[in-house]
Amino acid sequence: MKLKTMNKTTRSNMITYAMVIIAFVIVQIMLGTGNISSRLQGQLVPICAYIVMAISLNLTVGVLGELSLGHAGFMSAGAFSGIVVASCLSQNTSNEILVLVLSMLVGGVVAAIVGVIVGVPVLRLSGDYLAIVTLAFGEIIKGIVNNLYVGLDGSGLHISLIKNTLQMDGGKVLINGPMGLTGIPRIASFTVGFILIMVCLFVIFNLVNSKSGRAIMALRDNKIAAQSVGINITNYKLMAFVISAAMAGMAGVLFAANFSTVVASKFDFNTSILILVFVVLGGLGNMRGSIIAATVLTVLPEVLRSFSDYRMLVYAVVLIVMMLATNNPTLKNGLNLAWSKIAGLFRKNTEKGEQANV
Amino acid sequence: MSFLSNLISGISLGSVYAIIALGYTMVYGIAKMLNFAHGDVIMVGAYICFFATMRYGMHPIIGVLLSMIVCTLLGIVIDRLAYKPLRQAPALAVLITAIGMSYFLQNSAQLLWTSSPKVFQSVIGNGSIKLFDGALSISYVTLVTIVVCIVIMIGLVLFVNKTKIGKSMRAVSEDKGAAQLMGINVNTTISLTFAIGSALAAIAGVLLCSAYPTLTPTTGAMPGIKAFTAAVFGGIGSIPGALIGGILLGIIEIFAKAYITTQLSDAIVFAVLIVVLIVKPTGLLGKKISEKV
Repeated sequence: MKLKTMNKTTRSNMITYAMVIIAFVIVQIMLGTGNISSRLQGQLVPICAYIVMAISLNLTVGVLGELSLGHAGFMSAGAFSGIVVASCLSQNTSNEILVLVLSMLVGGVVAAIVGVIVGVPVLRLSGDYLAIVTLAFGEIIKGIVNNLYVGLDGSGLHISLIKNTLQMDGGKVLINGPMGLTGIPRIASFTVGFILIMVCLFVIFNLVNSKSGRAIMALRDNKIAAQSVGINITNYKLMAFVISAAMAGMAGVLFAANFSTVVASKFDFNTSILILVFVVLGGLGNMRGSIIAATVLTVLPEVLRSFSDYRMLVYAVVLIVMMLATNNPTLKNGLNLAWSKIAGLFRKNTEKGEQANV
Repeated sequence: MSFLSNLISGISLGSVYAIIALGYTMVYGIAKMLNFAHGDVIMVGAYICFFATMRYGMHPIIGVLLSMIVCTLLGIVIDRLAYKPLRQAPALAVLITAIGMSYFLQNSAQLLWTSSPKVFQSVIGNGSIKLFDGALSISYVTLVTIVVCIVIMIGLVLFVNKTKIGKSMRAVSEDKGAAQLMGINVNTTISLTFAIGSALAAIAGVLLCSAYPTLTPTTGAMPGIKAFTAAVFGGIGSIPGALIGGILLGIIEIFAKAYITTQLSDAIVFAVLIVVLIVKPTGLLGKKISEKV
């Protein structure tokens, strides 16, 4: 298929796929030739996880149009359930990829179930009230996981809440309350992260271009009009919300499997906000923007590490200035004008150059 | 007796939440934005008071006044620099800017005052009143917090309902365009709302740190979120709603800690919030907004 004959959406989607693939290939080459700092190397899997988080949240915020402030809660639910499965499986099999894929599936399913439990009451609300309830659910999930104890021994899994009352003969503790997940099999790899991104992109692009996707976007643009043409609001809202939650769960498993210990408070309100920042900076409903924003904003604090003390301050200033520059009419027009002048300058130069050549 | 003592400390904690929630609810009512940086203004207020009274030995009242003045100015500056240019922008853009402002304040505080916790000595004194032959003791901090909250609440309701500025605030929250046509300066009114909210945040910061004396650059974050939920709980945009929401939230939190479990108290608070919002989707005192086609 030729690039020019495709319709606009398909072309845009193809560019996004191509961008991810090219980025993957470049990083692989850099890894092969050793041109990548060890610190950045450690960031590769988290970047993949954050990208999946960003595009999945973009499905809720950008495509469905509902603000969610508790996306990290789904990541947490997925991460903790998935890693428990991974720990159990890795005792019986040594095939890391298989273990990772299975645990990701379990994490995704658990997060989807949590998504249904959260979504059914939450999606009746709208606007800021919905936002605050998602925030509340995120905090509840964090609170519960923070007090969860899970152990594994010969006779199976032991679970207790609030107090550590696990009665185990030998075996090992998998989730140790506030200490979080311990002894995680570190099975995450950059390649699996890349595949997860591609799969999620594929699902989202196809969803958005389907009948359901158009229904979801119609809901976002005008709820009453959508309702009057017979779109079932609750079903479609729940559908987008649950798919988004399942992806967040899978990203959580990927994220957790990159570290040997993960605490529940890692997935708190601040993480939800961080992901939301990726989505808004990248552009609502724009998956490519989310991917770029997630990558740049995860790498930025690492690059700024030489400033160490000032890096989060710079990050905050960048955030505010970016929002002002893209949303304030005066500044935006000024920037556009400046940009067109610079572009005009180059164009003149090249024209002159061409004339000289002639 | 322990029930009564828990109830009183719940009301006291709730009073602090209510004062913070007022700032959220007023700004939301007028500018229709969630000011995420509000929690961090509390922290700044507490730091200013800490340095004024502990480092430079000023009288506590001067310390509180100074921190109120600084926070008021801070609130106006934040509004002018970050929020005013975005009055016409989509709500999410303003939300992200507010989050950026919150990061900015936290990290500035960390640079200026380091992240090591400061021990805040109560500006009110450590004494307590003993009732029922000493079976029930109420600290001065608790009493003063409750009294201050009631005074602020009465003052604010009178201010909003009786004064001309209050009337213009109500007009702006009702309909910005119409208010402007009636000769109300919308930007000044919004700035004034930020100023009042920030001054209240300073008071809340001092009261909060008098009761819970550890002061770090992130001190304001969690109370900020809780007060925000309190504002939604009572019906965001409503001043009496902020009071009721705040106090209920404080009581629920203390009771959950005392009778159920300390570790899950936050989760229980949020669970109650969810139940309330499901039953009454615009909060306890929120107005029902009918949708127009």
